[in-house]
Amino acid sequence: MSPAGARFVGQSIKRREDPRLVSGHGRYIDDVVLPGMLHVAFLRSPVARGVITRLDVEAARQHPGVVAVFTGAEINQRCGPMHPTSQPPNPEAPHAPLRPMAEGDVRYVGDPVALVVAENRYVAEDACDLIELEVEPGPPVLDLEAALAEGAPVVHPEVGSNIAGAIPAMPDPELEQILASAPHVVTRTFRQQRQTNVPMETRGIVAQYDRYAGDLRVWASSQNIHEWRAYCARVAGLPENRVRAVMGDVGGGFGQKAFALREDAAVVVAAKELARPLKWIEDRQENLMAANSARHEQATVTMALDDDGHILAAKVHHVEDVGAHPPGGGGAGGGFVAMMFTGPYRIPRFGFSGTSVFTNTVGKAPYRGPWMMETVAREQMMDHVARELGIDPVELRRRNVVRQEDLPYQLPSGLVYDVVTPAENLEQATAMLDYEGFRAAQEEARAQGRYLGVGVGLYVEPSAVAFSVWATDQANIRIEPSGQVNVLMGVASHGHSLETTIPQVVADHLGCDIEDVVLQQGDTAVAPFGAGTGGSRSAVIAGGAAQQGATQLREKVLQIAGSLLEAAPEDLEIDRSVISVRGTPAKTLRLADVAAAAYLNTDVLPAGMEPGLEVVARYKPPAPFTWSNACHVCTCEIDVHTGIVKLLRYIVSEDCGVMINPMVVEGQIAGGVVQGIGGVLFEEVRYDADGNPLTTTFLDYLIPTAPEVPIIEYGHIETESNTLGGYKGMGEGGAIGSPPAVANAIADALAPLGVTVTDLPLGPSQVLALLHP
Amino acid sequence: MGDVVVTVRVNGEERKALVEPRLTLADFLRQECGLTGTHLACEHGVCGACTVLLDGRAVRSCLLFAVQAEGAEVTTVEGLTPADGSLSPVQEAFRDAHGLQCGFCTPGFIVSVTAFLQENPKPTDEEIRDALSGNLCRCTGYQGIIKAVRMAAGLEAAPA
Repeated sequence: MSPAGARFVGQSIKRREDPRLVSGHGRYIDDVVLPGMLHVAFLRSPVARGVITRLDVEAARQHPGVVAVFTGAEINQRCGPMHPTSQPPNPEAPHAPLRPMAEGDVRYVGDPVALVVAENRYVAEDACDLIELEVEPGPPVLDLEAALAEGAPVVHPEVGSNIAGAIPAMPDPELEQILASAPHVVTRTFRQQRQTNVPMETRGIVAQYDRYAGDLRVWASSQNIHEWRAYCARVAGLPENRVRAVMGDVGGGFGQKAFALREDAAVVVAAKELARPLKWIEDRQENLMAANSARHEQATVTMALDDDGHILAAKVHHVEDVGAHPPGGGGAGGGFVAMMFTGPYRIPRFGFSGTSVFTNTVGKAPYRGPWMMETVAREQMMDHVARELGIDPVELRRRNVVRQEDLPYQLPSGLVYDVVTPAENLEQATAMLDYEGFRAAQEEARAQGRYLGVGVGLYVEPSAVAFSVWATDQANIRIEPSGQVNVLMGVASHGHSLETTIPQVVADHLGCDIEDVVLQQGDTAVAPFGAGTGGSRSAVIAGGAAQQGATQLREKVLQIAGSLLEAAPEDLEIDRSVISVRGTPAKTLRLADVAAAAYLNTDVLPAGMEPGLEVVARYKPPAPFTWSNACHVCTCEIDVHTGIVKLLRYIVSEDCGVMINPMVVEGQIAGGVVQGIGGVLFEEVRYDADGNPLTTTFLDYLIPTAPEVPIIEYGHIETESNTLGGYKGMGEGGAIGSPPAVANAIADALAPLGVTVTDLPLGPSQVLALLHP
Repeated sequence: MGDVVVTVRVNGEERKALVEPRLTLADFLRQECGLTGTHLACEHGVCGACTVLLDGRAVRSCLLFAVQAEGAEVTTVEGLTPADGSLSPVQEAFRDAHGLQCGFCTPGFIVSVTAFLQENPKPTDEEIRDALSGNLCRCTGYQGIIKAVRMAAGLEAAPA
């Protein structure tokens, strides 16, 4: 809850990061320049799967301006353990060999084969052209079915099969009984295509090793700078306190920069070996080919309902593609899909099984809402079931949605919804559209041969993961002797506006002016350990830590002030850095006066009080997840001659608890929504039959541009969560709810033509193929 | 081919350097002039992040060699700010309308929009969207950007 007299939380305060960014004075990774710095380029495999029969780097080594050339084997043998902190090696689990570069054979197009160090990037790329690489190609494994086929080639011989992870179905006779006897049982398989994150700034790293100090410094384009510190320490074989990692401004990540990836390890190893500062900036072709893939997965859903349209049970089998080298070497996102599939609905019985497979493609890494296949499949399924039962899809949702009287509601996965409002979102969003009015207009349009559709995407978002390395954040809040406030945190705001929103929280709870507060982040030598920014975690966990610390510090400020003003601390109030005695407005002190006492004039402090004005507050939310929820409603018109889908209206009703800064909330929604629209209408990472990537430029991998996007309309419901401040995370939700909303709108528009939609993407060619099978 | 001397007026200041003929204008601005506001996000002329003004026209500095700018007047995003350290109306509007998040594409948008509004000071919404079609943003969904252009053109009021 906002403190009494809150001035800043809840306001759309203009961003404090903006003046430097709009004027060209941001400091991104490629802006880091060190004396004597050299530049790295990678030679990458042009073959998806094959044995390296020749790798001759001599001509490259001799090339003027080249300082060193490392083969994959030379880097790999110098590299320490490269697992993410959250994924310690598990010898029981299948995983790809954890190594920075290809050695002996290649496993996807883009697999790094050699690393060139030169005086500039131009020369480094020239030298890559001089490396003689010959690969004896073998048949690649490129899709889900092929990976699981009998006798399929094996991506990683060390693993022995293409299974990267599996969640077996638990025997459940009761579930099977319901599926066998229910009046209505519907089964569908939904697929979504391979996509990628496309941050506008590609990946990049600068690494500098001082042999004599024994220190490694790393600058990175990262969402989690403490993870880079830990990872670089492991790969360089150095103690963690010998590594300092720094992020400046970061040009987007969306999950791609949540974990350090293979090239980061290779550059660190080379920098340590050479003891020269090295810079590697990924180019866009590398980013589209070799950074990561996401979303390539399918789900077969069986849903049983009674005659009134109440869901009795559901069963899901999920298969996902993790590529060749996901961070950590394996694992599966299926666990989250299983946990969240039942989403905003009462589904009493639920069964899940899942498999993740290796393929000869770029490794899978997180992308905004990595588990979102649960919503993509479930929300499309709701429309399929509604059509099958002859019930309006909004009405079907109304009959099954979790309502206030159901709370607390325990999901089949065992998790409990404490404060959720999906029914309220559904009503607000459909009212904003005038759903019935649209249905009438749709009927009229159909009579004129025009195809309009409406689609809904309703979901609950598991924000602020509060376990493993993500469980906590810490705020070190320091009032400096001048009375100015520094907040040191292990967050990694990179577009999330935390430089504005964390000061909003601190200013309200400490009682100071927002102009007096600065967030310091992004440097492991300054900021306490934290899990960075991602997973819709910062408002809840970092916001909670900031509030906890500010509240504690305020108490000490008031104790000191009470002593100086000869008043009881409980009779004092503090607002905009001025402390006054309630009812005696003339008696005031500035925060700067209190700070001066705490540091410079310590004899005036109350007896026994420790001097200084600094707190350390680490916050862990009370539950494993803090639930937010939203309903997306989208309308479209389809030109059945061209297959072009035009989005007409796009409405989001969401509940992210107390909004720290509504402008920032809406910005996060908009960005996620448009990424999801791109995932339905435009974006696909494609490979040819030999495993050659076909979408390595922005002419081939199409992300939405301004002319294609609809105006997004927002509705807000604010119910407080049970976390400090009442916040709920929402950064990923836009990208979770939008794909099924758009897909359902398209399916609804085409339904009178007998078309059934199950597979994404739905670009013009796919729509025409559906219309003319 | 040997290095060549190139002389360009950048943000009103003469900049002269001995460069490889293949050095792009973008790399010249970033590396030789230290103007790192010009960003590279695709280096194949699609994303627009590297947009600068060349003799007043918006161009993609990743698709030009520095030598092609010989004798020309180049304005980068840094050159659009008033000398007193304040922001230009377009820059201010991007801030007011939340037209940026990570900020990486932003310099290209600001340069493109500045050139666009000089040519077309009172555009329609459709003209605005068309004008923005040559710049990619992955954070904002373009909502705040479209609004920022409307504000900069005086078609919509800035928030208080």
